[in-house]
Amino acid sequence: MTPNPTFDLECNNIAKSFGKVRAVNDVSFTIPSGSFFSILGPSGCGKTTLMRMIAGFEEPTGGDIKIKGKSVLGTPPNKRNVKMVFQHLALFPMMNVYENIAYGLRCSGHDKDEIKRKVHDVLERIALPDVADREIHQLSGGQKQRIAIARCMVLDPDVLLLDEPLGALDLKLREAMKIELKLLQHQFNTTFIYITHDQSEALVMSDHVAVMNKGDFEQIGTPQELYHRPNTAFVAGFVGDSNRWTGRVKSGDATGGMAETDQGLPIKFTANGQSQISEGETVDIFVRPEFIRTLRGADRQSPVEPHETSIDGVVDSLLFNGANSRVLVRGSTGQLIEADVTLTGSGDLTPGEDVRLAWSSEQATCFARHEAS
Amino acid sequence: MQQKDIKRLTMLLLFAPFALWILLLILLPHIGMVILSLREKVAPRVYEFGFGNYIDFAMEPIYWNTLLRTGSMALLVTALALLIGFPIAYYIAKVAGFRTRGALFLLCLIPLWVSDLIRAFGWILLLRETGVISTFLQWSGAIDGPIEFLYNDATVVVGLVYTVILFMIVPLVSTLDGMDNSMIEAGYNLGGNGFTVLRRIIVPYAMPGIVSGCIVVFMLTAGSYLTPILLGGKNSSWFTEQIYDQFITRFNWESGAAFGFLLLAFTSLVIWLGLKLSGQTLANTVAKS
Ligand SMILES: Nc1ncnc2c1ncn2[C@@H]1O[C@H](COP(=O)(O)OP(=O)(O)OP(=O)(O)O)[C@@H](O)[C@H]1O
Ligand SMILES: [Mg+2]
Repeated sequence: MTPNPTFDLECNNIAKSFGKVRAVNDVSFTIPSGSFFSILGPSGCGKTTLMRMIAGFEEPTGGDIKIKGKSVLGTPPNKRNVKMVFQHLALFPMMNVYENIAYGLRCSGHDKDEIKRKVHDVLERIALPDVADREIHQLSGGQKQRIAIARCMVLDPDVLLLDEPLGALDLKLREAMKIELKLLQHQFNTTFIYITHDQSEALVMSDHVAVMNKGDFEQIGTPQELYHRPNTAFVAGFVGDSNRWTGRVKSGDATGGMAETDQGLPIKFTANGQSQISEGETVDIFVRPEFIRTLRGADRQSPVEPHETSIDGVVDSLLFNGANSRVLVRGSTGQLIEADVTLTGSGDLTPGEDVRLAWSSEQATCFARHEAS
Repeated sequence: MQQKDIKRLTMLLLFAPFALWILLLILLPHIGMVILSLREKVAPRVYEFGFGNYIDFAMEPIYWNTLLRTGSMALLVTALALLIGFPIAYYIAKVAGFRTRGALFLLCLIPLWVSDLIRAFGWILLLRETGVISTFLQWSGAIDGPIEFLYNDATVVVGLVYTVILFMIVPLVSTLDGMDNSMIEAGYNLGGNGFTVLRRIIVPYAMPGIVSGCIVVFMLTAGSYLTPILLGGKNSSWFTEQIYDQFITRFNWESGAAFGFLLLAFTSLVIWLGLKLSGQTLANTVAKS
């Protein structure tokens, strides 16, 4: 592959083993300049290991990492123009804010006036112009976060790595920081690689998301692609909420067909583009709650469209959460199904009510089980 | 009301042993020492209040030279203990695996199980003219005649460093242990080389441990008696030897008390200076390590 300077970071088949544990498994990806790239995966899937290899703290057991088209294998961490925001930020408690930010500039031998100018400049940009003389423990969680980013950004890195930096913050602040991070990325126009196990963080902020599982990349794509056109059962289950069934294909062709779940519920599905599904195969079927219509009263009797699947059930409970409220319905075959509903406050569904659930076969994504996942 | 009284009584009872210890074993003897040191013998069994003992000390160069010598040797020992102890502590706290760490710590503790005296005799066995090292060197042909390794300053310093280094390592390990590894990695990540990371991140972070280790080691060294006497012999000129001399040999308790008090004042002054220079306070070094 010829080095392409429009990619800030290229990883070719990088792998890492710790003894017998294979933490990262031949992962390849490229990240274009100035984009916000997230790596999303469950705990222990190798995200931190991947990032530490990019930063230079771990030596890959195989493969190549290129930054701005140049291989950085064998380059020590302090010579790579990749900066990292650590999970617990790792601000230096014995230095004040100014010293923390100036540390990197001092290391690269800038003169005093320039350091002063740059530090004040970057503090201005993160909208904290007055904190230069504060000690680290005098800052709030969100402010620490921004100082940790400023400390890296003042060095003008090619790539900024962020390892679950919001993990330590409380929920409200996390929501606010999500938007703030995205804005900061726009402002600095630097490539951000963001690691998280929280799918909403990844979906909200990123231009591209890679879903990682057990050391492998399952799929790389925009948040919409991942959400609406998952390539694998893992992605479908991990990104967003889903009702999940396992079943066996009764009849079907390349475009779709009919499957019966283990509980005996027949479901019409559309074949997922990438994979061929043949009769008799064991499959996983995913249906997102927002695509399930809940019919009540007289509507229950009206016939559903031919491509729709419908199932009768009884409301088990309501999960009230404002605009994101859900209803849990116990279907005739016994399993619980989640569906989005709008609750208006009067005349709503009540537990025990008979309802019919219906969804289009297009929304029933189906994946063949190749190996036990 | 009663509840409050009971609480106060409990507090008093809990605090009493500590207060008594401070009062009876530390404050009273020292007050006694000060009073004793301020008495001048004018005739047999006739004493007068005065600074004569201190003036004697100031007028006799041998006395204050010994004190200065003891002070500077103790500083040297402290510096060496820090230089040798820091890498060991760093290795134990940051590099060694979980299991190795315990074993290494134990290894550091083992010398402490043996009494000071036995350890010093151990050194003597090794270092004297007919000792193990001298004999071995003669046997291997490196030297012709026997060599006396004992009774010089270098031996005293080595012996002292060996005795006190544990008290340097323990506080250092505990402060370094509290340091997040990612802090060191951040130091490298932001462009620092090994030396910068050590100087600007690890050492400042470990400063409370360094200072408290140094205080303990300096105090122990300056006040030690056995090791300098046994390894340095009669001419080790350690200040504690002077004090011993005044009390026991010359039976001059007044001047012995004055010397003891001077040693305390001198070491306190050195520590105060050290704290000032390193920008630490006693409270935060002791609290943190
Ligand atoms: N130094 C190491 N020695 C041995 N195994 C390791 C080491 N570091 C990580 N691993 C293993 O590699 C795998 C991936 O770890 P990693 O820290 O990359 O996970 P992660 O995706 O960052 O998880 P989390 O979201 O919990 O931080 C884990 O199974 C872990 O046990
Ligand atoms: Mg991690």
